[in-house]
Amino acid sequence: MTRNLSPLFEPSGVVVAGVSSHPGKFGFVVLHNLLSCGYQGQIFALGRSAGTLLDQPVIASLDEVPQDAAELLVVCTPPDANEELLRAAAARGIKAVFMVTGGYSEAGPEGAKAEARIVALANDLGLVLAGPNGQGLVSPPVGLCAQIVAPYPPLGRIGVASQSGNFVSAFENYATQTGIGISRAVSAGNAAATSLADYLEWFADDPETDVALCYIEGLKDGRAFAERVRKITPHLPVVVVKGGATSGGQKAAASHTGSLATNDRVFDGVARQAGLVRAATIESAFEAAATLATQPLPLGGQTLVLTTAGGWGVITADAITRHRRLNLAPLPKDLQASIDQLLPPRWSRNNPVDFAGGETRDTIPEILNLAAAHPDIDAIVQLGLGIQGNTAALTRLGPFYPDHGLERIVDFHERQERRYAEAAAEASSKHHTPVLVASEIAATDPRNPMVQAVKDSGRLCYASADRAVEALGHLVSYAQWRNARR
Amino acid sequence: MAHVEPNRAGLLEKLFVPTLSEAHSRTLVADAGVLVSSWASAETAQQAAQAAQTLGFPVAVKLCGDAIAHKTERGLVRLKLTDAASVEAAAAELLAAALPEDGLVNLLISPMVTGNRELIAGLVRDDQFGTCVMLGVGGVLAEAIGDVAFRLAPLSPLDAQELIDDLASQTLLGAFRGEPAVDRSTLVSILCALSTLAQDPNIVSVDLNPLIVTDGQPVAVDALVEVAEAQS
Repeated sequence: MTRNLSPLFEPSGVVVAGVSSHPGKFGFVVLHNLLSCGYQGQIFALGRSAGTLLDQPVIASLDEVPQDAAELLVVCTPPDANEELLRAAAARGIKAVFMVTGGYSEAGPEGAKAEARIVALANDLGLVLAGPNGQGLVSPPVGLCAQIVAPYPPLGRIGVASQSGNFVSAFENYATQTGIGISRAVSAGNAAATSLADYLEWFADDPETDVALCYIEGLKDGRAFAERVRKITPHLPVVVVKGGATSGGQKAAASHTGSLATNDRVFDGVARQAGLVRAATIESAFEAAATLATQPLPLGGQTLVLTTAGGWGVITADAITRHRRLNLAPLPKDLQASIDQLLPPRWSRNNPVDFAGGETRDTIPEILNLAAAHPDIDAIVQLGLGIQGNTAALTRLGPFYPDHGLERIVDFHERQERRYAEAAAEASSKHHTPVLVASEIAATDPRNPMVQAVKDSGRLCYASADRAVEALGHLVSYAQWRNARR
Repeated sequence: MAHVEPNRAGLLEKLFVPTLSEAHSRTLVADAGVLVSSWASAETAQQAAQAAQTLGFPVAVKLCGDAIAHKTERGLVRLKLTDAASVEAAAAELLAAALPEDGLVNLLISPMVTGNRELIAGLVRDDQFGTCVMLGVGGVLAEAIGDVAFRLAPLSPLDAQELIDDLASQTLLGAFRGEPAVDRSTLVSILCALSTLAQDPNIVSVDLNPLIVTDGQPVAVDALVEVAEAQS
């Protein structure tokens, strides 16, 4: 049965225990972040002595928190204070605890005993216990930033649960960079009482979350995790990165979280069977999640490449052909005939559809729309956008701008770039066909109007064709797994 | 670390897990639905020669017993015997090679199955995930190629199909050197049979090594079942 984690992610009010006037201490940082990111609930700062901090009254006792005024307690106090703290908090109506405090099972046998006591106590008191030894959580739908790290990511549809706090930050960094935002993110810490599967189950029922993104290092009971997660994946795509996939990584994991080694091929099989989307790297995992969050699910892997850049088309055709889940779709005859009407005869007349410089003002949006509508095309990779925006940028900075008609042409180029990006998103939404726009300009010049417009359309501008193909492969793989089980 | 490598001979010795004889193992997996090559048991060299005549030449003759897990390593397998006289001679040698610690032994006679492709399949126990169904590419290069994939048991026919798709060597499963493509439905039924065997808590592991693909049909020509406790 799904545990109710609402008090953790949507608390009516928050108490921070262990606030400190030193801006370098966790207790200060949590309070600062809570006060800075738009959380609307009541915030209580609990310290050793009464006073003020960050214009906020500091209370010295939980007795000063009105009954049921706060549901979440964020704990930055040392282990020996925490059992008493939990009892007092439960008495005031606290329902969930995020324990930032370290020094528990990760610190040795004594810490492990203290952790077992705190877990038993939380169970007795009916408290949800997250952590200990975690970096905190964020919940942008309610403006909640209860973490000791940055950044506070933009609001979006990806729910993150991670056995490494730094990867929570990493995913938040990518969310900030790309604009593909986060619904909830939590560092599971030692996951003493609340496990990855608990978070994933709650995400599956969470109306704010469309995709889960998960870093796994070790599982206490792999079989139980697999059984639980396969009930989630038909409704909620779950992207995982598994640390300790090699013998070298397993040694590192053993010293990081004490995780046991797992045969990686067994895990790979378990992941496929359970419908998990397994990514090889953190970057690829974020892009897979961002793709699942922003693109429609395709029916299959028949992929069309549209390009204004010949070389990129060839490289992308290679990447698609190499990919086990994707096929370079044969160009449908009727689509070819339609494109013949729109382009001069020198176009490739094949997939990739290489415009060969024959496009005019409306060609790209028109062909995008035709291709996305075609029943034999499951997905589209659009290449070569951003070139006009690049030209505009050079022209704008040159010594002749805005004379010689340059202002007008720069405006035209930039307008066109926006149109292309908007057309890609519109054609995709209208025809339920994924359209992935890829250009290295996403990384080299994020201010390019095409890159900006893709971001404004709520989608990811992939920093290379290869990364778009990899992300599309994950999307197709998940769609095929799900469709086969309907 | 779970014992999931395709060649687990060394580990088996270390763990002292009781195994069933090939004859016993064959019966068990055949009853579950695995296609196994035809075979007969014999107590004497003469009986072996008679059985070979009934089955048809060429045949393989093996010394067989619950305590003999590694016939090949001990030289207890004679292959490609083409007439009754050579079967009788080989069988006599094998019976003479039995050691006191082998306990009760007999002979297993089976027609040679020919095919260019070999697969391996089985059941393995993983420390974290429990019993898994395994499928891999077999043959002399199997360990070097290392093309093997797993699913948790129990698995559905759909899981079994996807498990087959996971193998990297897909060209090996298609039409190959004049032989038809591997019959995937047979392979699915073998994997599902293994999954059924996994329901028996007494079975620790199953090794079908190799499955020789003959005329597109994967046929088990050897089987080894490990059990949790010695069976009488």
